[in-house]
Amino acid sequence: MASVTFEHVTKKYAGDVTAVKDLNISIADREFLVFVGPSGCGKTTSLRMLAGLEEISEGKIYIGDRVVNDVAPKDRDIAMVFQSYALYPHMSVYDNMAFGLKLRKVPKPEIDKRVKEAAGRLGIQHLLDRKPKQLSGGQRQRVAVGRAIVRNPAVFLMDEPLSNLDAKLRVQARAEISKLHQQLGTTFIYVTHDQVEAMTMGTRIAVMKDGLLMQIDTPQKLYDRPDNVFVAGFIGSPSMNLFDATLTGDGNDVYVDTGAFRVKIPETRAETYRSMRGKQVIFGLRPENIHDSNFTPPGIHSQEIEAEVEVTELMGNEVIVYLNSKGKSMLARVDPRTQAHVGNTVKVALNMDVFHIFDKQTEKAVR
Amino acid sequence: MSTTSSYGFQPTRFLTALIMLAIVIAALYIGFDLLRAQAVPERTDALAKFAQSIFDNATPAGKLINGIFAILLGVGGMAALFWAANGVVEELPETPKRWLLPYVFVGPMAVLLIFLYIIPTIRTVLLSFYDRDGEIFVGLQNYIDTFTVPDMWDSFRNTILWIVLGTFFCVSLGLLIATLADRSKFETVARAIVFMPMAISFVGAAVIFRFIYYYAPEGSNQIGLLNAIVTTFGRQPQAWLQYNQPWNNLWLIIVVIWMQTGFCMVIFSAALKGVPEELLEAGRIDGATEVRIFFNILLPYIWGTIVTVTTTIIIFMLKIFDLVMGMTGGQFSTEVIGTQFYRQLFANRNIGWGAAIATLLLIAVIPVMAYNLRQLAQNRK
Repeated sequence: MASVTFEHVTKKYAGDVTAVKDLNISIADREFLVFVGPSGCGKTTSLRMLAGLEEISEGKIYIGDRVVNDVAPKDRDIAMVFQSYALYPHMSVYDNMAFGLKLRKVPKPEIDKRVKEAAGRLGIQHLLDRKPKQLSGGQRQRVAVGRAIVRNPAVFLMDEPLSNLDAKLRVQARAEISKLHQQLGTTFIYVTHDQVEAMTMGTRIAVMKDGLLMQIDTPQKLYDRPDNVFVAGFIGSPSMNLFDATLTGDGNDVYVDTGAFRVKIPETRAETYRSMRGKQVIFGLRPENIHDSNFTPPGIHSQEIEAEVEVTELMGNEVIVYLNSKGKSMLARVDPRTQAHVGNTVKVALNMDVFHIFDKQTEKAVR
Repeated sequence: MSTTSSYGFQPTRFLTALIMLAIVIAALYIGFDLLRAQAVPERTDALAKFAQSIFDNATPAGKLINGIFAILLGVGGMAALFWAANGVVEELPETPKRWLLPYVFVGPMAVLLIFLYIIPTIRTVLLSFYDRDGEIFVGLQNYIDTFTVPDMWDSFRNTILWIVLGTFFCVSLGLLIATLADRSKFETVARAIVFMPMAISFVGAAVIFRFIYYYAPEGSNQIGLLNAIVTTFGRQPQAWLQYNQPWNNLWLIIVVIWMQTGFCMVIFSAALKGVPEELLEAGRIDGATEVRIFFNILLPYIWGTIVTVTTTIIIFMLKIFDLVMGMTGGQFSTEVIGTQFYRQLFANRNIGWGAAIATLLLIAVIPVMAYNLRQLAQNRK
């Protein structure tokens, strides 16, 4: 049980490559923090620095109150689940799980108790005598998790543990890991490139890009209030529609003019943007906030525009429509009763209560 | 260009291919006969005359031509043979073609193996039951002699020394250097240095080490490196290879360790490269020290390779011959099975006994070889 703190942590490799730049995060005890970002964003490097597998170039990492910069991995009281699982191929499942405890000179009966308990929890009791080679991908993943939990560490580290599983298993394993986190009440730090995993599992998510922390917040806040264009585009699937636009208007009115269409910002939010009229911005709207005008939910401030339907993807509960409005493409998630067909020109309603405006230069949210 | 279907059997094309094959075989025969003819001055036929006129083996230029011709004929002839034989099979209908094609390529090698390995082996085994001239059947007498003559005991003891010490040090040093080099910045340089002795022939190494171990009486100039060092420190020069039997064998074994460690190291290096880094990291997080990681993770991971290398070296040690021959000639109680076999067969002209020793050597190699092959097959799975 421990908190984890990254304090001005930087990782530089030879040849002047900076993998992580001035990372500051404090992770509370029992939190499930997910590092997410595209490959090469520094998320794995951050985790590996915490694990002690990479040296820290600058800054400090704390586990609890202790600075662990110069502490060997084995003395950090952490356990890690690797992407490849890294099971010892010549050892049985039992020995794989017991290895760390044996090295720590835990008495045999205690080891036996802990291994069997962890195996029971993960539903792998019947596999204890097998070698990793004889296991399926999902079973190996469980063993890797089992090896981590028998150690009863202060912090769990997981480096893309689900990326080698097929889609169905991944969904199942996701829920299992979340459940495990609730049961164990330990700090979990999880790395993934999959924003769905991040959204579904994390109590907080740290979004990284090019070695920089872009935003750290709860999943809902990240989704509702992205701090910058990158987070806006990265979180959410299908991702947010982003348009280059100019703010225009006179009097009290503020309009967003994308060149293809012009929509009015509702009175309630116009205040913020009044002073920005004439400025270049990026206008963001999530696909679920673009409705078929025949099925616009009541009570929202919406603006109708016309657009041509390029592709429709029927999901059953909704239809994903690829729209084109005078050269500006956008995605909409609309009611399944929609009459939109490929080649049609339809009217869609943009929900202007929940749009996002970002500064064109800094790409930061303006609200 | 023929527009007829390529399916089905076409007698004319098949015949052409057959003629092609016949031409290649004839050309090969004539070529080898040319090479042979110049070595037999008694021959007076036209071919021999022609051969003797162009291949005058006595002059350097003739030797060079001779050598180049032999290489071209050997390599090119083999290629032509494969090509022509393949041509014949290609013209056959689908089913026999699929059947015959592998044999076309494996066949010549199999024939060579039968003539160069299988038949000599069978003959050797048979000869081991005959007397020194290979004429009178003596039953197991040669084998009885082998196990009762004290000279032979020395050879057996020495061979066991070679196998145990030589293999142990080659494999363990090779593994140690490979592991250490794997983490070093100077890996390539270190590996090149250790590997270099592999490039020297055993006789060459024997010459080098005879100089290193060279003994001159006290007071005279010590040209031997080892004795030069020893005398520099005021000690008496030692006759390393001659005295303190049977431990003088160790000085010979050191040479083979020097030479063969590189071989082990290179193979272990490749195996170690195959160990996933994450496995070692998992070990480190689990709490293993580097020594534990070596013994509990690395070693088991490359165990298959260790077994293969060990058995290969054991077989190598069983057959050791040229190094002993080059350094002591088997004197000073350094004889091994390999040199005994040679001595009985060629020096003493005792065909039966020589064959018996060779047979014993073969029997000793078989289980190691079998284990080696089985391990190899398992690794491949």
